[in-house]
Amino acid sequence: MITNSVTDIVENSVTHSVAPSITHSVAPSALELAALLKAKKISVAEVLDHYFGAIEKTDPHLNSFLALAKESALAQAKIVQEKLNLNETLSSLAGVPIAIKDNISTQGIKTACASKMLDGYVPVYDASVVTKLKQAGMIVIGKLNMDEFAMGGSSETGIGGPVHNPWDLSRVAGGSSGGSAAAVAARLVPLALGSDTGGSIRQPCSFCGITGIKPTYGAVSRYGLIAYASSLDQIGPMGVNIDDCAALLKIISGPCEKDSTWVLDKPFDFKESQPNRLDGVKIGLPINYFADGIDKEVAESVLRAAKEFENAGATICEFEMPLLDYVIPTYYIIACAEASSNLSRYDGLKYGHLSKNANTLDEIYRLSRSEGFGIETKRRIMLGSFVLSSGYYEAYYQKALKARALLKKAYDQLFEQYNFIISPVAPTSAYRHGENITDPLKMYIADLYTVGANLAGLPAVSLPCGFDSEGLPLGFQLCGNAFKEADLIMASRVYQARTGHHLKKPEVDF
Amino acid sequence: MSKTAWETVIGLEVHAELLTGSKIFCSCATSFGDAPNTLVCPICSGMPGTLPKLNQSVVEYAIRLGLVLNCEITKNCKFDRKNYFYPDLPKAYQVSQLYSPICRNGYLEIETEAGQKIIRISEIHMEEDAGKLIHDKRDGTLMDFNRCGTPLLEIVTEPDFENEVEVLDFLEKMREILVYLNICDGKMQEGSLRCDINLSVKKEGAELGVRTEMKNLNSFKAVARAIGDEALRQTQILSRGGFIVQETRRWDDDNGLSYAMRSKENAQDYRYFPEPDLLPLNISEAWLSEIKKSLPELAHEKRSRYQNDHGITPKDTFALTEDKSLADLFDDVIKNGADPQESAHLICGEIKRLLNTAGLAPKELRIDAKKLAQLVNLVIKGEINRSAYKETVEAVFNFDVCPLEYIETKGLRMQNDDNLIKKAAAYVLEENPGAVSDYRSGKDKALGFLIGQTMKELKGTGNPGAVKKVLLDYFEA
Repeated sequence: MITNSVTDIVENSVTHSVAPSITHSVAPSALELAALLKAKKISVAEVLDHYFGAIEKTDPHLNSFLALAKESALAQAKIVQEKLNLNETLSSLAGVPIAIKDNISTQGIKTACASKMLDGYVPVYDASVVTKLKQAGMIVIGKLNMDEFAMGGSSETGIGGPVHNPWDLSRVAGGSSGGSAAAVAARLVPLALGSDTGGSIRQPCSFCGITGIKPTYGAVSRYGLIAYASSLDQIGPMGVNIDDCAALLKIISGPCEKDSTWVLDKPFDFKESQPNRLDGVKIGLPINYFADGIDKEVAESVLRAAKEFENAGATICEFEMPLLDYVIPTYYIIACAEASSNLSRYDGLKYGHLSKNANTLDEIYRLSRSEGFGIETKRRIMLGSFVLSSGYYEAYYQKALKARALLKKAYDQLFEQYNFIISPVAPTSAYRHGENITDPLKMYIADLYTVGANLAGLPAVSLPCGFDSEGLPLGFQLCGNAFKEADLIMASRVYQARTGHHLKKPEVDF
Repeated sequence: MSKTAWETVIGLEVHAELLTGSKIFCSCATSFGDAPNTLVCPICSGMPGTLPKLNQSVVEYAIRLGLVLNCEITKNCKFDRKNYFYPDLPKAYQVSQLYSPICRNGYLEIETEAGQKIIRISEIHMEEDAGKLIHDKRDGTLMDFNRCGTPLLEIVTEPDFENEVEVLDFLEKMREILVYLNICDGKMQEGSLRCDINLSVKKEGAELGVRTEMKNLNSFKAVARAIGDEALRQTQILSRGGFIVQETRRWDDDNGLSYAMRSKENAQDYRYFPEPDLLPLNISEAWLSEIKKSLPELAHEKRSRYQNDHGITPKDTFALTEDKSLADLFDDVIKNGADPQESAHLICGEIKRLLNTAGLAPKELRIDAKKLAQLVNLVIKGEINRSAYKETVEAVFNFDVCPLEYIETKGLRMQNDDNLIKKAAAYVLEENPGAVSDYRSGKDKALGFLIGQTMKELKGTGNPGAVKKVLLDYFEA
């Protein structure tokens, strides 16, 4: 009965205010798709068929998926379709497919953090966010590639091989949520969940030209997120525009009894308003972010975005970001310390990689872990073990905690003056595969603009703001005060309503 | 070597498993002796991505103990991770408290030959227990995670003990407190109460010596033996001019000796750091005073109340408080208006005897205190005699009968009616002329026989005093 393809319907029913220039095919946003499903213009099964087809056709070039969950997706689709047929209200995204980063536990679906160490591990439980997605009638279709254990910014370090940027296959998709960004950018899935410990949602969004939100620490339950750095990790939405991301954030931000660091007393509720102006809004611009090391085109695109906010009525206030020299060392000390402890449980005894060469208990630990972890993961485990060891704890870890507290205080003061801070996401656009992987320091420094929000627990969005001369997407970051997601989303809506950067899609007919 | 004597210096680390019913960070039940890996969930088995959720009862229990041991309560205490690799620890870290334990700077008084002595408690912290490894000859080493996440309190003392007598008195008192607070069952054999010993020896007046830590002590007896043995071992080494290695030793109670497990050089670096998955606690003043108010009366407090307010003998006060269930029963009985001394005799005597006969532990005792109070009052008022009392207590113990009904049905009410007694006595005197003449000829023993016969005639319900009086009246008439 319902025989139209998704793209046909959308082409007939949706008109874009800004015509996409790089468009090959038009795919709907997640909310548009949900509206079509609700109106029964298309079935959940047809939607799944479309996306699984697109993945089959395109993903061999991108390598964004690590696992597909066709069977469970079809089973869930059936249940959701029945509810839709009965006009049951599930959520604003009922029936919409979603893919999940490989470090978020999905019951019955392999979850390996893209690591050999967890190869073959199938969780016996769903992460709280996954439970919420299912309750909202969303359909989990698969697991997305990433840097091993979310440690990296290029999605090249995982066991599944590198993710390719849909805008230029010779380039990285960013990381660590690179699979999530590439899949959404290539319209292989309307929405994805990523996780952000030091920029792992925002930077790949920027590299792939999509929108993402790193929520306030404590806004989204971490239960079931396989920990990299517990005090910094947050799960967040990645999509093609801010409205889709906001709708998804609303769903995953609901209460969770299982996470003691979850602090919202109820889920977010974002108003549907569509303001066009930001009169009276003050936006801080940290000028020292634009000094050494930043690509000129990146800097210019961010300044243009700031100008756009000014055009919308906001005031741009330049300031010097304090403590900038301490941000990277503080982040890497804390993140690695927590990681060294979080990753200690992987020994192959209960699940994951167990060395065939191990004969003693000591060898089980030593060999299984040596064989199972990749080089970047080992580097961070060693760094973290070192800074926590007796005699160094005070010199490194404790100092890092103090620096973190100072940084938090500095942000508190900044948000007394500004509603938002606008900044670059990364110093460059997507680089070529292998370009940074051998130079860890260079890669660590590239996190300079993003890790501050994690250390201070603040929300930040990453929004597309144009393309560089090589045709690669560029993004900028808007950071807000804790739990001011609604304000951030409102400002992002204003920006996206005034610009069309987020509507541009990569050519994916490889 | 100088001739001054060697002194032993001992400090303790006591681990108490808590009776919270569920584990410290998940809702799995805690218990002992269940089939392996049946009390586990993704959280306590450390599956990737799981997070701890603190059981508030653990905090409450820690505060209860801290208050009783005169500790300062750390209102913003935090948890830390203690990292080490071992298969019984599925997360490869134990959530514990190093930097900011919940209780600090307390003390407990013990009795020594020289009088009372203060043992300082440096801290009490909350932590999770590890699982168990089962070494099997055929199957190799097996893991049982049932115990993973069982809540523990670790009580750390200052090195204030000089010998095993002091240590044992401390442990007895600690056990009694834990049991009376109803936070730990105090069973050393089952491992719910464990104790590690830090011991060093030194010459009188000298600085503290190098200490060793002794583990695997599963009974009070083992503690005493291990202290004696280790003090002797260290003294002998030092007397020969040798030196003590700082190390952890394992006590082998079967062979009565210890052996080294690991030296300080090989000691693990636990890389403690604050547990990021748990927020610092915020113990409110209101909660604290609520807990303070709810603290039960402890054994030593009960003993002095029994002695001072109720005139119970010291021996009986100890017999009553030896087990909390007996003390509770005593309190219930006297609350129901029974005479305290008579009640104490009843519980320390007849009730204990009945428990022994039935093979029951005091805490398994289910007996209606109201009924016992009623019986105590009946015997005191002389409405039943001792043998009827004993018989009815037994019937209440075994069959939960209604005492009054039982007494009436069995005709056990004491016979104070002089006429009835006189009638019975007259009959006995007539039937036993031999005994009568024996008594008259000075054989006092015969009176006992005649009283017995009269009582028998009265079916045991006679008031022995009244019977005696009636008979004496007859002879003196």
